[in-house]
Amino acid sequence: MELNTLVDIEIKCYHCGEPCADEQHAIDDKVFCCYGCKTVFEIIRENDLCEYYSFDERPGVTLRHVSEETYAYLDAPSVRKKLMEFDSPAFGRVWFYVPAIHCISCIWLLENLQRISKDILKSEVDFAGKRVRIDFNTTHITPGKLANLLASLGYVPQINLDVERKQQAAPNKALITKLAVAGFSFGNIMMLSFPEYLGLDDTDTSLRMLFSYLNIMLALPVIAYSGRDYFVNAWHSFSNRQINIDVPIAAGLFALFARSVFDISLHIGPGYLDSLTGLVFFLLIGRWFQSKTYESLAFDRDYKSYFPLAVQKWAGLDWVPVVAHDLHVGDQIKIRNIEIVPADSTLLSKEAFIDYSFVTGESKPVKVNRGDLIYAGGRLIGLPIELCVTKKISQSHLTSLWNNQVFQKPEESRYKRNIDKAARAFTWVVMGIALLTAIVWYLYDPSRLWLVLTSVLMVACPCALALAAPFTYGSMLRAFGRQGFYLKNADVIERLAGIDAIVFDKTGTITQGADQIKFVGELDNLELNAARQLTASSTHPMSTLITKSIQSGAQVQISDFKEHPGKGIEGKFGGRVMKVGSAAYVGFRGTMEDMSSKVFVAVEGRVCGYFRMETALRKEVKGLVARLQDKCVALLSGDHASDETRMKTIFPAHVNLLFDQSPHDKLAYISNLQRKERKIMMIGDGLNDSGALKQSDVGVAVTDDTGVFTPACDGILFGAKLGSLDHFLALSKSATVILKIGFGISFFYNLIALSFAVTGHLTPIVAAILMPISSITVVGFSTMAVHWVTKSLSSPVSVISDTVDSPDSIQ
Amino acid sequence: MSIIVLLVFISLAIAVLFLGAFIWSMNSGQFDDTYGPSVRMLYDDKKSRKHDTLNKDKRS
Repeated sequence: MELNTLVDIEIKCYHCGEPCADEQHAIDDKVFCCYGCKTVFEIIRENDLCEYYSFDERPGVTLRHVSEETYAYLDAPSVRKKLMEFDSPAFGRVWFYVPAIHCISCIWLLENLQRISKDILKSEVDFAGKRVRIDFNTTHITPGKLANLLASLGYVPQINLDVERKQQAAPNKALITKLAVAGFSFGNIMMLSFPEYLGLDDTDTSLRMLFSYLNIMLALPVIAYSGRDYFVNAWHSFSNRQINIDVPIAAGLFALFARSVFDISLHIGPGYLDSLTGLVFFLLIGRWFQSKTYESLAFDRDYKSYFPLAVQKWAGLDWVPVVAHDLHVGDQIKIRNIEIVPADSTLLSKEAFIDYSFVTGESKPVKVNRGDLIYAGGRLIGLPIELCVTKKISQSHLTSLWNNQVFQKPEESRYKRNIDKAARAFTWVVMGIALLTAIVWYLYDPSRLWLVLTSVLMVACPCALALAAPFTYGSMLRAFGRQGFYLKNADVIERLAGIDAIVFDKTGTITQGADQIKFVGELDNLELNAARQLTASSTHPMSTLITKSIQSGAQVQISDFKEHPGKGIEGKFGGRVMKVGSAAYVGFRGTMEDMSSKVFVAVEGRVCGYFRMETALRKEVKGLVARLQDKCVALLSGDHASDETRMKTIFPAHVNLLFDQSPHDKLAYISNLQRKERKIMMIGDGLNDSGALKQSDVGVAVTDDTGVFTPACDGILFGAKLGSLDHFLALSKSATVILKIGFGISFFYNLIALSFAVTGHLTPIVAAILMPISSITVVGFSTMAVHWVTKSLSSPVSVISDTVDSPDSIQ
Repeated sequence: MSIIVLLVFISLAIAVLFLGAFIWSMNSGQFDDTYGPSVRMLYDDKKSRKHDTLNKDKRS
């Protein structure tokens, strides 16, 4: 290994572009940051694929954080069946989700896989979905080997066997097909209706009848196919004795169609089929606009997509990969470095260091001895260990969180939407008016009673009302997306507007990124480098962290290196003895709070200072908390209270600072607050916040990279945008105001139309003009207003951060 | 008059054709990935084919 510590920190890895500060590997004139990057380069060069580096500079993905996970378990028949899209003795097709896909070079390399292995027939990248489809020869290569190949190139596939995800795109396609059919019919019916409105002579009766019957033919697919959902939904809500927006819509559509067929067949008039199809067309556009989702983001992940799918299990003779969900109590399993422990187990090996940061937020690795219990979700740091499973996966300490009833209920049923409230009021008013009109006409001219009554139902169709919400919330959703705040769906904005209490998680949410090691005390450059060299020779997790934290300088010769397990390390440099380790080991006699998380350094018996782990606070937090005032109610941390003093400087006195909170505690805290009629927003980031995020009215996951794991939530917020949270809340409030104005406009149009209908003057041409105009006004108003509001409010937002990728790159 | 009827049917037939074409193209996945193809056309596949044949020659 060509190891050289005299490095210029400006040198960047030829493969991944990360600075090569720690180590350097070179081939010819090319420098690599790690052995992994170098290996990938060698594979690529060997297969004559160096073009990879010509599309984008340094396109590779760093391999430093990737485990050597084996994918052999993908070849187990039950897994393989779920994974493969098509499987036959000679030909197979499989999709892999590869979050690392990010540039042109990625596409190029992944589409030239057949040049690496001739058993791969074809591979194609779906850039938007970050997926790659591989057609391969099943006699020579298996999906497990394909996954290994991808991983060896730095494109580690994320395996998710949940079938739901596969069919995610399908409903959207059906909606667009419906929209296309409605648009087609609408356009043609309009064309065939024009002659009628512009005045066909009475001599053209046969032509008029032909056009009218053609219109019925064209309207049939709209009623039966495009508008089908409205009838189905109306029926469902009717049988549940509820009234939602679909009930008056379905009634209106039905009245329009029945009346048109009646008019045409009795030669009374041309019918209202253009209005009908136009209505359905506009309504579907609204649906489509609202259905905007961020494909590459996942809002519904639970622990399953985070835990290993397979583990090595002792099968009596040999280690075999098994699907983690088939683990039973008493099974013996093997976990390797940086793998996650899938189920609560006891340690069979001598000792291990477990990082529970995903479970508790506490990032310092915990030492576990033989016979101790290791909780599911812990990440192993260091040498492979053997474990004995004590609980099934779904019953483990952390995963039992998902057995809470919050996770069982479908989310939507928990909230009543503004639009349905409005629809209910609307329906009662319309029914009242219809009844009144019926009575008046019964007394005045009973022969026209039914005609007038259907007219009332027709214009009462709350099309504009139904469009106001999708366009207001849909536009807002997009505006948020541009600012780095991605919501699961448009309904979340409505809930966001009602929030009056905000609860924060600590680690990863208001603190940022990995732990930093700070040295407190006095050490000159030479000594600091000696400490670096010394810790570099030790495999203890703390040593590794310390090594990384010190920038390399002059090379120091270390001799007489000794490691005292559980205490510290020592070595000689330039004739002096240096000791690095616990307080007792280096001979520190003083007292200090929380000595355990500090590593002391002594030179020639004199204690020079200590290394301390510290997480950086996000710089926007302080201002945000100040601006949120009373809304910010609590901080829930899974961490120890050692950080309390620092937190007290940020949060005012009325904020509850709670430490040592288990995932279950967090959930309970949120539901307690909810019992006090408060609408709560939980802001968290880890698996340990999952319960709280789900229980809260709006759960927001904070992340610095959308490619990494985020727990199930309603929204994903970029860490750098956390400071804009109050702006987002204000914006969602204005969205509600805009929506209400939109409701007002549509009611106004409905009143005008009703006045025509009640007096019996609703001719087809009046309907054909009024209905589209009302829809277009509402749509225009909603989008323009949202645009205007976000523009005036977003200017200070965009100043705050410059580090976030543009939304396009996330798509 | 009958010529109008004929024209109406022809125009409807064409419209149906286009509707069908749109639905077919959507279901065949042509709109699934709008970014990939724009990049793919930039790849120099001539060069890679040449390399491939060179490699094959070497092997044989």
